[in-house]
Amino acid sequence: MNRITHLFQHKQSRILNIYFTAGHPHRDDTVEIIRALDQAGVDLIEVGIPYSDPLADGPTIQQSSQVALQNGMTLSLLFEQIAEARRFSDTPLILMGYFNQMMQYGEESFIKTCKEVGVDGLILPDLPLYEYERSYKPLFEQYDLGISFLLTPQTDEQRIRKIDELSRGFIYMVSDASITGAKQGISDKQLAYFERIAAMQLRNPRLIGFGISNSETFQTACQYANGAIIGSAFIQALGQRENTVAGATLNFVRQIRA
Amino acid sequence: MNNTTATPLSATIAVDELGYYGEFGGAYIPEMLYPNVETLRRQYLGLIKESGFQDEFRRLLRDYVGRPSPLYFAPRLSAHIGAQVYLKREDLNHTGAHKINNTIGQILLARRLAKTRIIAETGAGQHGVATATVCALMGLQCIVYMGAVDMERQAPNVARMKMLGAEVRPALSGSQTLKDATNEAIRDWINNPEDTHYIIGSVVGPHPYPDMVARFQSVISEEMKSQLQEQTDRHYPDAIVACVGGGSNAAGAYYHYLNDRRVRLIAVEAAGHGVDSGESAATSILGSRGIIHGSRTLLMQTPDGQIVEPYSISAGLDYPGIGPLHAHLISSGRAEAVSITDEEALKAGFFLAQTEGIIPALETAHALAALDRLSFSADDVVVVCLSGRGDKDLDTYIGGMKDC
Repeated sequence: MNRITHLFQHKQSRILNIYFTAGHPHRDDTVEIIRALDQAGVDLIEVGIPYSDPLADGPTIQQSSQVALQNGMTLSLLFEQIAEARRFSDTPLILMGYFNQMMQYGEESFIKTCKEVGVDGLILPDLPLYEYERSYKPLFEQYDLGISFLLTPQTDEQRIRKIDELSRGFIYMVSDASITGAKQGISDKQLAYFERIAAMQLRNPRLIGFGISNSETFQTACQYANGAIIGSAFIQALGQRENTVAGATLNFVRQIRA
Repeated sequence: MNNTTATPLSATIAVDELGYYGEFGGAYIPEMLYPNVETLRRQYLGLIKESGFQDEFRRLLRDYVGRPSPLYFAPRLSAHIGAQVYLKREDLNHTGAHKINNTIGQILLARRLAKTRIIAETGAGQHGVATATVCALMGLQCIVYMGAVDMERQAPNVARMKMLGAEVRPALSGSQTLKDATNEAIRDWINNPEDTHYIIGSVVGPHPYPDMVARFQSVISEEMKSQLQEQTDRHYPDAIVACVGGGSNAAGAYYHYLNDRRVRLIAVEAAGHGVDSGESAATSILGSRGIIHGSRTLLMQTPDGQIVEPYSISAGLDYPGIGPLHAHLISSGRAEAVSITDEEALKAGFFLAQTEGIIPALETAHALAALDRLSFSADDVVVVCLSGRGDKDLDTYIGGMKDC
């Protein structure tokens, strides 16, 4: 069974998904970071495929992508690293990238390789719903690979239903109209949006991302959804660490879960 | 990788409802942009076809921009080339380029959508100036993103934008040129989804932008039809030559002839130091199918799909993609692509200055240089879209003068 499906069957609350960019800070850190996240007990690991033009990402992830590419990170290297990590880790793992990266690899080869190396789901923020439905849905089903579409405070109800119908695994709720990045707190307007979505009784579990950066924002997100996704704050912690990757990761996860 | 798909010659060239020209186009955007882009998609055709919109658009093009722009028969250039060469003088528009045709249209649209804040990207600065101009005209806040490298090489345009009251924000990511300025503008729009309209400057980006910008620029070929009729007794030319970065002046110059197979369409790209030099922006030759700035098109990229930094002496052609309409025209064989080096463009700029007394923009100089590469009969009517004037490029021209 797909590890994401399995996870949500056994745990519906306080899900912690940690994002990092593959190849950052160093090209070969991927396996070590996955090991550290695994040992720190996170529920989901999201690995960003570094991209030259990450439109949906804020400065922290942009910069980490740029560093990773300068480090010589490639998609095939990432697949090898994930296969290696799968020898010891059974934590559900998601790849986040842009549609062009999947296109250039060859869509079916990409999906097939993901499955082979042990990826459980994808986030492709610029893949249109219509194109997924028309061209790729059967492939995701055939290979039992998850896909999480994004929804935002501006997404209308009909489209939310469509996103719920097409997502496999969980829905990625963007907390605010924004690009990724750690921000200040959560506003009343955002809470109203979280409540509105919670009341819709969607089929898929929901994880809240963008602007979740510490214990307080994580707790709030967990009150309104099944859990949250943290990216930029973790990348900053990795970049600024004086400790080993394992030590910095353990500290970070402990603070979030406090 | 200049892949060619066969398109029947009878096929009509037009965008479909989802924004595709053949296999190119569409809207590959993060969900955060969806509501704004979808609102535009649903409303742009209805709004711009309204008679009130058209009246205001036409009036501003006439009284403010100075249209129609002349179609000028260039006798000395014609003698040199061995064809009847006409120049469509977009350089004589207010602000000095074709860019203002589109910004006038989009600012009227933005007002009807009740937007109060305008953002734009710019390469050479011409689109930034044209956007700052219409924002001043309408009293709207204007923020222009410009690559830090471009801000340096197009300093006079930065000063013009500031004088017009716009804020110019440097794009510091990537190659710090047009591609990165576009990324920054898109991110700004994601962060400001409610009050902001993004005025894209070319026939690029997610649908409906390529079609919308082409429609606003189509005034160029609309005027050409009646001007050619008057001057040559025939409403169509044998060939239209235009430079293509994203491709907005070319789209405008081709627009009313897209389905008229008697007219050769020639798209001129920047070869930089040469197509094989590693420093080039000749997208149709060096590019392959992929996604850039929300559109499925041809772009320069690595096998891993990382977008490659292009190079051209001309900031307006220094773009790794090409509008989806042009990707379709070129890969279906409807348009011919020619690539011109920095050096050829500089020479052509000097040649036009000294034969016709017109200093063209460096972008336009690429289109002029292509005339030497093409073969025409002596009585062929050839229209070159003179997309902009060269004042902004004087430093570059003067730097290159010793060679010309």
